[in-house]
Amino acid sequence: MYPGQFEYHRAASIKDALDLLKRYGDDAKLLSGGHSLIPMMKLRLAQPAHLIDVTKIAEMRAISESNGKIVIGAAAAHDTVANSSLVRDKLGLLAEAAAAIGDVQVRNRGTIGGSLTHADPAADYPAAVLALEGEIKLEREGGSRTVKAADFFLDLMTTAVQPGELLSQISFAPIPAGAGYSYQKYPHPASGFAMVGVAALLSLDRSGKIASARVGVTGLGPKAFRASAVEAALAGKSADAATIAAAAAKTADGIDALGDIHASSEYRAELARVYARRAIQAAVARAKA
Amino acid sequence: MAVVPKFVGERIKRREDPRLISGTATYVDDVRLPGTLSAVVLRSPYAHARINSINVDAARSAPGVVAVLTGADLKDKVGGIPCVAPAEHIPFHPLLAQGKVRFVGESVAVVVASDAYKAQDAADLIEVDYDSLDAVSDPEKALEDGAPILHEEFGTNLVTRALVPNPAVDEAIAKADKVIKFRIVNQRLAPVPMEPRGALADWHQALGHLTVWTSTQIPHLLRSALAAVLGLPENRVRVIAPEVGGGFGAKLNFYREEALVGYLSRMLGKPVKWIERRRENLATTTHGRGQITYLEVPVKNDGTVLGIKAKFICDMGAYLQLLTPAIPGFSGLMMTGCYKIPAMSFEQVMVFTNKMATDAYRGAGRPEAAYIAERTMDMVAGELGLDPVEVRRRNFIPKDAFPYTTCAGLVYDSGDYNAALNKALEIVDYPKMRAEQAEALKHGRYIGIGIASYVEICGIGPSAMLPPKVPGWESATVRMEPDSRVTVLTGISPHGQGQETTFAQMAADAFGIDIDDVTVVHGDTAIVQYGVGTFGSRGLSVGGAALMMSVGKVQDKLKKIASTMMEAPPDQLTFTNRTVALKSDASKSIPLQAVVDAAYGWKMPIPGMEPGLDATSVFEPTGCTFPFGTHISVVEIDPDTGVVKFLSYVAVDDCGNIISPLLVAGQVHGGIAQGIAQALYEEVVYDENGQLITATLMDYAAPRAQMLPRYELAHTVTPSPLNPMGVKGVGEAGTIGSTPCVVNAVMDALKPLGVRHIDMPLRPEKLWRAIKDAKKA
Repeated sequence: MYPGQFEYHRAASIKDALDLLKRYGDDAKLLSGGHSLIPMMKLRLAQPAHLIDVTKIAEMRAISESNGKIVIGAAAAHDTVANSSLVRDKLGLLAEAAAAIGDVQVRNRGTIGGSLTHADPAADYPAAVLALEGEIKLEREGGSRTVKAADFFLDLMTTAVQPGELLSQISFAPIPAGAGYSYQKYPHPASGFAMVGVAALLSLDRSGKIASARVGVTGLGPKAFRASAVEAALAGKSADAATIAAAAAKTADGIDALGDIHASSEYRAELARVYARRAIQAAVARAKA
Repeated sequence: MAVVPKFVGERIKRREDPRLISGTATYVDDVRLPGTLSAVVLRSPYAHARINSINVDAARSAPGVVAVLTGADLKDKVGGIPCVAPAEHIPFHPLLAQGKVRFVGESVAVVVASDAYKAQDAADLIEVDYDSLDAVSDPEKALEDGAPILHEEFGTNLVTRALVPNPAVDEAIAKADKVIKFRIVNQRLAPVPMEPRGALADWHQALGHLTVWTSTQIPHLLRSALAAVLGLPENRVRVIAPEVGGGFGAKLNFYREEALVGYLSRMLGKPVKWIERRRENLATTTHGRGQITYLEVPVKNDGTVLGIKAKFICDMGAYLQLLTPAIPGFSGLMMTGCYKIPAMSFEQVMVFTNKMATDAYRGAGRPEAAYIAERTMDMVAGELGLDPVEVRRRNFIPKDAFPYTTCAGLVYDSGDYNAALNKALEIVDYPKMRAEQAEALKHGRYIGIGIASYVEICGIGPSAMLPPKVPGWESATVRMEPDSRVTVLTGISPHGQGQETTFAQMAADAFGIDIDDVTVVHGDTAIVQYGVGTFGSRGLSVGGAALMMSVGKVQDKLKKIASTMMEAPPDQLTFTNRTVALKSDASKSIPLQAVVDAAYGWKMPIPGMEPGLDATSVFEPTGCTFPFGTHISVVEIDPDTGVVKFLSYVAVDDCGNIISPLLVAGQVHGGIAQGIAQALYEEVVYDENGQLITATLMDYAAPRAQMLPRYELAHTVTPSPLNPMGVKGVGEAGTIGSTPCVVNAVMDALKPLGVRHIDMPLRPEKLWRAIKDAKKA
């Protein structure tokens, strides 16, 4: 696998990265963990003339808590996220999804920002980021904007990131005390990506009914999505098996499911329903009324 | 000095591992010669197409490019890739496509440049004008009227038809209580060695000598083939197999690129290196299996199998590699397994398809045979309502019948099939497992118990069994050096098997020296005497036997010399603790070094005896060894998803005497991994147009550790009478036992739903559909 010729730039700061991005325009690609970009370059499906490495920018690797939000630098590796005590304590669902990605080597190099901007339809993170209602910060020359997770994933490998923009961090409200969550994934036997992955986050009210539920789904369709029909079917209902099964049965409704030699679209849809049920059940089991 | 321990039979850590796990091993790509040029091969994107023209002008003038060759440049200048197995139609197999391409990945042009990146840049500039042709990828359609013909000169896609008739089978079918018929598929698999192929050639103009480093299992056979293709004398060609990162049979071959780099180095007067990329590995390194079998099995109501009649359709691919049409024969000959089935017959139709060639892959014909035999036993049990254990016991060749000549004419050396079965049943606690299975079913849980009692063929073998250019003997040189250290030169070519450890254990014990005093050398035709190579689980049973012959010769010489020094008859001497000692009284001894000094000294104690201490031997086996065993797996199927979960996996293997228990365990572990992967995960998929769908490891499901269960391993020991060590071979056993045992377990789990058979790989979706359909019905 021999990529075409390119020039490597190590950005020292976000401003530096944006300057380089402006200078090289369409000829440049931002490089983070490189786990999607470099294979594409080796296959010569991507042939950027310039790579701008953002992983040496300290603030883009940091995981911190400020103003009641947990902020994760876009260049934080999956393993760092999975094992951060802050993330494990306050964003357990994200830690679970991070720990389910690939294998140790992948988790050591791949980054959350890289995964989100690449928007592979079978990536693990998007399901959790959607369920956690993450806010994605995009830097641009002279300013920045914040995009909600629900508005971020537009289509197959297409996001809200505009040319000249850089994803710098993702921030989350901590999971409320007593809420239950679970990420359930069926790994693709070849790639290790999610054949389907379902992230469920819910809270129970004092009577044990489901006060609110958020369900993010990846692997099923061309982009990760919030299963709003499932969420609606859970809200205000008692958390019994029949309710959960009925709600989970709506997971694939209206979705144009993907298919390959390992799982047809029909089977993937069924997997999504089953894994949604299991994720919701596991979340309920963890939740405290 | 400390007492020297014994090594054979001990759990010795692999002596190969320190360099492998510390990253200091030298693979082909680690060999760096000054001035080396890099070759990149341009490959066909079409499964079947005519080449109208190739424009290489832009590529030739690209930066760093030294040469660009197409098929036209090689026409009549080099030979083709040989197939040494007999077949009716053996096409010319060019190094670069000649006017037509016949599979995705076929080499069309080669670019040589100062580095691989520049070579790839230039390859991207080559313009090939193709006329796409219809392709045939389904082997059952290859002989249909109107099917696209791959090699027009034959007018057919038939490679060859092999017939082993036997009217007794038809008689058995006529008189049987029942005839069970079914069709099963051994799907195409990709061997996926960790190290892909690669070759580096270095032509020395003044010496007229070519050295080729290549990732191969057969350096000597490759030297012969390479010399022939390039028109060079064999004594001017040196082949070196440095560290080889796995082969699994795929490197028991001779490939276009190995010849290309040799040709290019000679043409350019510079070293030329080509390293295979993973996509190329999946598309252009030989595949394995690829057999469809239609079976008719006449049985008595008590489960006695009266015969097996089979028709095979064998998918050979577009060209024939070294042994391509030889592999299916093993499947036919071994399909009666460990059973005293009185009659068998088969027809094998081997066909060309627009795909990469198939050839040996771990087990090479025997996994297919074991799959047939063991699915047959479970089919018989299922149709007659008998326990699969009982059906096996009823048909086993009894242990007092060995050596046993099968109805196919093979002579099984030794065996005790019930012993292995019993041990495996005991470990899983079979009656208890069956009770648990029945109880679980009441709660809607689908548990299955799968048994496979396999026998396979190893220690290949008597040369008469093999094509002339791939003989079955093996060679070894043993040299005791002047400091009484031992160097072993073996003709086998280990590439993960670990004979640097096993052979050192054997030689150390034989001479009473430490294992660290033995060095095992292999894989260099300029250092090692001509040998055959490593395949077919033959390294120890054939190569080890040659080693022991040479050990014996050196021992004899040492004993003769020592006997004059000790005034004791040679036959009363033994080697222990770095001495030559009296067998009857080890305290009466002289240091081994003193005897070695005498052998190398200026005055040989025995007048007329040649100085020095070395011997070379060739072992020609008189028969093959037949390792066997029983694997049992217990699985549970998730009815919601069809996902298979292992509850336990037990392997009882009998490979005869065990020299190195850790290495045997390693072989069994890896073998089971690949066998389970055939059962559940792996399949090379080409679409109907011959496009390769499983072109990357994102699509081809090679097994990873987390996809595999914990194994419980055990052994029975039935020595082989055919070699001095009593060993049988274990390199492929795990692959052979595991596939049918897992499929049998899954089918057993689904039996209550009326499912009879599902073809591999047993992807969850297939099982989910079967469960859904069964529940609907």
